[in-house]
Amino acid sequence: MTDTPLLRVSNLSKYYGARLGCTDVNFELYPGEVLAVVGESGSGKTTLLNCLSTNLAPTSGRAEYRMRDDVWRNIYDLSEAERRFLMRTDWGFVHQNPADGLRMTVSAGANVGERLMAIGDRHYGNIRASAVDWLGRVEINEDRVDDQPRSFSGGMRQRLQIARNLVTSPRLVFMDEPTGGLDVSVQARLLDLLRGLVGELGLAAVIVTHDLAVARLLSHRMMVMKDGRVIESGLTDRVLDDPREPYTQLLVSSILQV
Amino acid sequence: MSATPSYNFAYLDEQTKRMIRRAILKAIAIPGYQVPFASREMPMPYGWGTGGVQVTAAIVGPDDVLKVIDQGADDTTNAVSIRAFFAKVANVKTTTHTADATIIQTRHRIPEKALSAGQTLVYQVPIPEPLRMLEPRETETRTMHALKEYGLMHVKLYEDIATHGRIATTYGYPVMVEDRYVMSPSPTPKFDNPKMHMSAALQLFGAGREMRIYAVPPFTKVVSLDFEDHPFTIQHFTEPCALCAATGVYLDEVILDDHGGHMFVCSDTDNCEDRRAHGHRGALSGEALEAAE
Repeated sequence: MTDTPLLRVSNLSKYYGARLGCTDVNFELYPGEVLAVVGESGSGKTTLLNCLSTNLAPTSGRAEYRMRDDVWRNIYDLSEAERRFLMRTDWGFVHQNPADGLRMTVSAGANVGERLMAIGDRHYGNIRASAVDWLGRVEINEDRVDDQPRSFSGGMRQRLQIARNLVTSPRLVFMDEPTGGLDVSVQARLLDLLRGLVGELGLAAVIVTHDLAVARLLSHRMMVMKDGRVIESGLTDRVLDDPREPYTQLLVSSILQV
Repeated sequence: MSATPSYNFAYLDEQTKRMIRRAILKAIAIPGYQVPFASREMPMPYGWGTGGVQVTAAIVGPDDVLKVIDQGADDTTNAVSIRAFFAKVANVKTTTHTADATIIQTRHRIPEKALSAGQTLVYQVPIPEPLRMLEPRETETRTMHALKEYGLMHVKLYEDIATHGRIATTYGYPVMVEDRYVMSPSPTPKFDNPKMHMSAALQLFGAGREMRIYAVPPFTKVVSLDFEDHPFTIQHFTEPCALCAATGVYLDEVILDDHGGHMFVCSDTDNCEDRRAHGHRGALSGEALEAAE
């Protein structure tokens, strides 16, 4: 981790008409840091993530991103072309439902290779080699490279989606409930894989989850949201072991013990 | 003057022709860009060339000589009826000879004989959007054109190679026009793609149902998309035309009987007739003995 943040968010608010999505969110994200955003359904987690990833325009506030050339840019002032370029090179977005983030009717290899082709790679052999390499890193067998994700299991689809996002070596990845809808053993494998990749590549990530175990395993810091506001934030272990806010205490004590 | 005074010259009214001409001028100014236009109902069904007919009607003048081809042939229903249509409503001269025509309306082929300056090729286009089958949202494809985001087009070619071991797209093969817009050359076989590059003739594309006009002005760069290690290639035929013995032309397979008999003949009928008139004979021309002269 370095001393210069990658993303600076100040006073970010999003209202849907009169209804509150999220308000007054402030944080800094450092390179290589994983931030978990937790809270119950309707607490504004996904609204925040969609604002950060520029899928939604916030009502007010700024989010400044340090580009690869060390220039700070407010991501809401970027032109459409710059924004889309950023999203397919320096950023990644892992959807909860893999079908939202994958092209289900083209092969796994083409799914991984799409970003490479989008930034101008025109050598089939190289694209395919990268795709095979990345499939290996997310533990998908090489002989599935020409299969469509429709024939993949849920866990494999999610891993494929991760490979597709990481192929351009992004510095920042947004994840929306990456383990949602997977059974526990598959979840455990995926978390293990994600933790390895994040550490190995030095990725910064913002992970939205309602699963505190996911936050515990993956994140360095966490923010707890309730009713559109951040009510508590800090190091993950501190928040989970010594929750201060009554709501956080409730959340932590609600975890089922087996 | 026209034999049917009840129609305006070339069927469309003058204001409509002006509207289409404005779209054509804009299309020529931005090679490969799809210009929307207020496509009219024509006295033929969509899919039969309503776009091409409107473009032809807008540019045709009393001195023009019109040729219409369908799959390369001058004598198919579509070609014959469109030719008769303009002979009636515009009273223009028609021809089947490529070299004599000033306007050639075409479906699925570019004539084998190289076109010259002053000639205009009008294509009938069913689906003008090359990204249509890859991205169903029209708003999104327009943004992709505007931002020159064409990675998706290569995803399709990648899929071809991954599935078939080569680029298996054989018609409607996407091209990059003047290093800016990816364009669908209409469903012409990829065999004809190289003829579009630096052509001396003006090429206009009309899509009636989709209400789009686009153009490739003379001497414009038209490059077929490919991969560095899988370069673009055209179809090659192992045998010559069975009627005129031509090689290096696009051939149609014609079934002769129900015992598997077949022959390959020129798709461009005018080119084939011209060659036979000059004494070329193929294996099945029925004059094999004379050919041995």
